[in-house]
Amino acid sequence: MNMTALFINFFALICLLIALSRDRAKTKRALIIALKSFFNIFPTILLIIILIGLLLGFVPQSQISKIVGEQAGFWGILVVAFLGAILHIPSLISFPLAAALLKSGATVTSVAVFITTLTMIGMVTLPLEVRELGKKMALLRNGISFLIAIIIGIIMGVIL
Amino acid sequence: MKDHIREKGTKGKGIRQDAVLLGATLIIMLILLSVFPEKQEAVTKALWKFFIEMILILPAVMILMGLFSVFVPKDMVMKYLSKAAGIKAVFLGIIMGALPTGPLYVAFPLASALLKKGARISCIIAFLSAWACIKIPQEMVELQFLGPKFMATRLILTIIFVIMMGLSIERLIEWRDKKQTDLRK
Repeated sequence: MNMTALFINFFALICLLIALSRDRAKTKRALIIALKSFFNIFPTILLIIILIGLLLGFVPQSQISKIVGEQAGFWGILVVAFLGAILHIPSLISFPLAAALLKSGATVTSVAVFITTLTMIGMVTLPLEVRELGKKMALLRNGISFLIAIIIGIIMGVIL
Repeated sequence: MKDHIREKGTKGKGIRQDAVLLGATLIIMLILLSVFPEKQEAVTKALWKFFIEMILILPAVMILMGLFSVFVPKDMVMKYLSKAAGIKAVFLGIIMGALPTGPLYVAFPLASALLKKGARISCIIAFLSAWACIKIPQEMVELQFLGPKFMATRLILTIIFVIMMGLSIERLIEWRDKKQTDLRK
């Protein structure tokens, strides 16, 4: 077990103990929710892990690098940003995918842009956002988030 | 966490769909691996590595999500955010957004109710953006897979830019509203 995994489990354990000392009934409810969402997301996680295995095994690094690597340039970043905005993948499983891409020749910039647009922008939830918050605010938030994601990605590419 | 906690009615259907999709992918993988046996080692190695990395943290992440969703009730978020003023409101929006762990479609009605109660626009934008991409359990997964440097840098940059975005959208909307009321006079 690596340090990060240890840290995460330790953190969860501490939170669990605090919760238990505060309110047993609520903690039980939380654990039931946790169990349910675990089984809910498990098939999707297996699916993405298989896809990652196939991606790393079959697609040559030079090919990945052409789409999301150094060679892709600014157009590559735009494509990745757009993909992140329209795709509706649970962010939980976007991180292993991002790690796999990073390992096989993607740049830090494109991976950071992808994660950021994926989480911040929701084309699928946009109609709901417009209905609840109005067109002006929803479009401004999603539009500016798109630009921000690209800026964050570029800065990360420079400093990491 | 976009919406893996599905709406009640579609839950069973969603799982079945996921299972069918998973089965299909498994079959495709098996076919591919039997046609190209030389790839078997690389694929299974990558698969196993990512599976282990995930399974080591997934129960902990799920427990954190469950705890937050039970112990951070909506009315607490409402209470804190509807009253907050000044620049503090923006930071509070980010913190509150990072805590609860429901899907984004829960956040929109909440945000709309907060706006009607008079919360600052910048606070609401910060709240929604944090809800979408600075969730604590989500950051844990990022830490595990992309490392502390990547996670911390992205987190700090996101917070800075989300604050800037919140403030500028607020300015823009208030400026336009003011112009429109001026025109009507």
